[in-house]
Amino acid sequence: MDFGVIFNNTGNALLNAEALYLALAAIGLNVHFGYTGLLNFGQVGFLAVAAYGLGVGVTYLGLGFFPSILLGLALAVLLALLLGIPTLRLRADYLAIVTIASSEVIRLVARSAALRDVTGGSSGLTGFANGFYSMNPLSDGRYGFGPFVYNENRAFLLLVGWTLVVLSSLLVFMLMRSPWGRVLKAIREDEDAVRSLGKNVVGYKMQSLVLGGVLGALGGFVFAIANSSIQPDNYGTLLTFYAYTALILGGTARIFGPVVGSIVFIGLFVFLENFLVQAIRAGFIPETIMNSNQVGIVRGILVGAGLMLLMIYRPQGIFGDKKELALDAR
Amino acid sequence: MILPGPDQLAEAGARRPPLRSPRQLAGGLVVLAALALALLVGAAPALAQTGEGVRGTLNNAGERVAGATIVVEQDGEEVATAESDDQGQFSIPLPAPGAYTVTLDLDSLPEGVSVREDGGEVREVTVRPGAVAPALFILGEGTRETTGTAERALQLFVRGLQFGLVIAMGAIGLSLIFGTTGLTNFAHAEFLTGGAFAAYVFNVTLGMNLIPATVLAVLVGAVFGGLLDRGLWRPLRRRGTGLIAALVVSIGLALVLRYLFLYFFGGSSRSYAQYATQQPLNLGPISIPPRDLVIMALTVIVLTVVGIGLQRTRIGKATRAVADNPSLAASSGIDVERVINVVWVVGTALAALGGVFLALSQQVSYLLGFQILLLLFAGVTLGGIGTAFGALVGSLVIGVFTQMSTLVIPAELQNVGALLVLIVILVVRPQGILGRAERVG
Repeated sequence: MDFGVIFNNTGNALLNAEALYLALAAIGLNVHFGYTGLLNFGQVGFLAVAAYGLGVGVTYLGLGFFPSILLGLALAVLLALLLGIPTLRLRADYLAIVTIASSEVIRLVARSAALRDVTGGSSGLTGFANGFYSMNPLSDGRYGFGPFVYNENRAFLLLVGWTLVVLSSLLVFMLMRSPWGRVLKAIREDEDAVRSLGKNVVGYKMQSLVLGGVLGALGGFVFAIANSSIQPDNYGTLLTFYAYTALILGGTARIFGPVVGSIVFIGLFVFLENFLVQAIRAGFIPETIMNSNQVGIVRGILVGAGLMLLMIYRPQGIFGDKKELALDAR
Repeated sequence: MILPGPDQLAEAGARRPPLRSPRQLAGGLVVLAALALALLVGAAPALAQTGEGVRGTLNNAGERVAGATIVVEQDGEEVATAESDDQGQFSIPLPAPGAYTVTLDLDSLPEGVSVREDGGEVREVTVRPGAVAPALFILGEGTRETTGTAERALQLFVRGLQFGLVIAMGAIGLSLIFGTTGLTNFAHAEFLTGGAFAAYVFNVTLGMNLIPATVLAVLVGAVFGGLLDRGLWRPLRRRGTGLIAALVVSIGLALVLRYLFLYFFGGSSRSYAQYATQQPLNLGPISIPPRDLVIMALTVIVLTVVGIGLQRTRIGKATRAVADNPSLAASSGIDVERVINVVWVVGTALAALGGVFLALSQQVSYLLGFQILLLLFAGVTLGGIGTAFGALVGSLVIGVFTQMSTLVIPAELQNVGALLVLIVILVVRPQGILGRAERVG
């Protein structure tokens, strides 16, 4: 067993792009689920429309980088409005079903052969990230220390991305301390009480949906730029569930919950993979139980079991406060 | 093929208990399933077994074109090649259902013959499970040969009914569980997959006939559902776990089950040893494999029995009472926990049977159930959450809509249409088609 490789790979992943876009997606979910109590199971849909807004804007419409980013953000806002209008007046589980359905609709439409010219069909889009990397002030080379060593492009993306994470967290922190944020939390606790105080509950929920969706959209940009490509099947429902796991792991309705949760989740994810691969290679796990091709499968089983155990035994996660956690259906 | 002998069937019939409780109903269903599947066996042996494929006829103004090359590709990779025979016909067997690109090699056509439109030599074909899809190439002039739209619509309607009935098998359990416990169970689709794999193990691994294998799979599903409720959900209810927390637990459970199936059975699609492929019967304009007729008859019988059980039996009435108001039901002496346990048993048994039916027309894979999870939810929501009959109606609407929408939209987008209908209906009639008008927000 080469523990050096295991820890180096795990350490490298802690700050890498996967943890970054998962954190942004989870910060958005935190606004929806943690602070407002909205059951959004289609967060990946916001990531997808943002990524496709950027990709289609640059490659198909021929816009510049920043106009395409704006297009992606506009699409995320539009998606939030489209989702919110029919469902925010309904019970929470309706929003869950509609959002998960719409995120699948987005993926299926994007990968359809009919839109091959625009979205690239099932093979997706490439060649839109140059606008971002051409702004890179870092010269060629490796940056970082210890396990956190990245090339100049990745280092630039991570700098920009983690800055976005800090700014987003700061924004959420300030908003949730404001009277506006207190109304959101009140809606989470008792919607009818808030309505009886004369607040426009649906309006507040809609604002929350838009804000969380835009934060998720930032994650979509990072996802697309980090891979330099958009693969429609990367935007399946599993990503939403990972974001939920990360959020609950860190602690819902906590500023650092989604960020720490994402880092820990990705860390465990990569650690498990590397550990299992090394253990198989060293012969600690016999081939009859698991071969190296099945590492991903076993990891999937463990993630599912972990999510169940976490929700049953420690639903407040690492930082959470049980009192803030009114995880009840509305 | 091991057929259940007449004496075995008679024995099963004699042991059939009066339909009193859903638990007994499940037993009755199993017997019914055996009986009707036995009918299928009687009808089947004469029929040749064929798999998926594409076929067509190359016809240039009445003259059949022989020796032309046809290439079938999937995702840019060549799957099969064939030449048309003396009658201008080609029939190409394919390994699995899915979307294929069928290309007619223009260079292989005789001189002076070509396709009528530019790009007419390439056809995108969706091969449905167990079906041979037509690939139509229009050559020369005035050679258009096609089935009428009305005929196609009718065919798709019947297919949609069947699909809807199978969805309903899953949706009713999902709806009843939601109605009695409030749990939105994201793991329900995995119960369909589980039933399909259980039948696969009995059928292929242990070499049983599919009919007893299905019966055993339904039993496995029922036992699993009962144990899951006792071992997981009841302790969670006792702890006072919130509904959303329970929902997230069900997502975790779904991941665990799905990856366990992948671990034990791998990622490939498998077929049952019997009835996997059948020559379709031609009933007027509709061509349908006998298997599908039996599946439809069986689901109608099973769903009717469940419906009658809910309306007439003691436990059925208790179930509806618990769904309506658990506290009131408990205070009027109904054992709520027992009702919920029975609902879990029946719900998972139905899902397991639905899974076998689905796998018969689509092959068994670890994603079998997950692929229709959203359609299950759509059916339940469309009919009105928590009502069993509504789930049936909603599922039928979804089934027919997904199939018939392929008349106007590409087949790869058929689920998109169904999900959009769901969203539209929620705007207009949030309580669902059959749900009671109540304030839901």
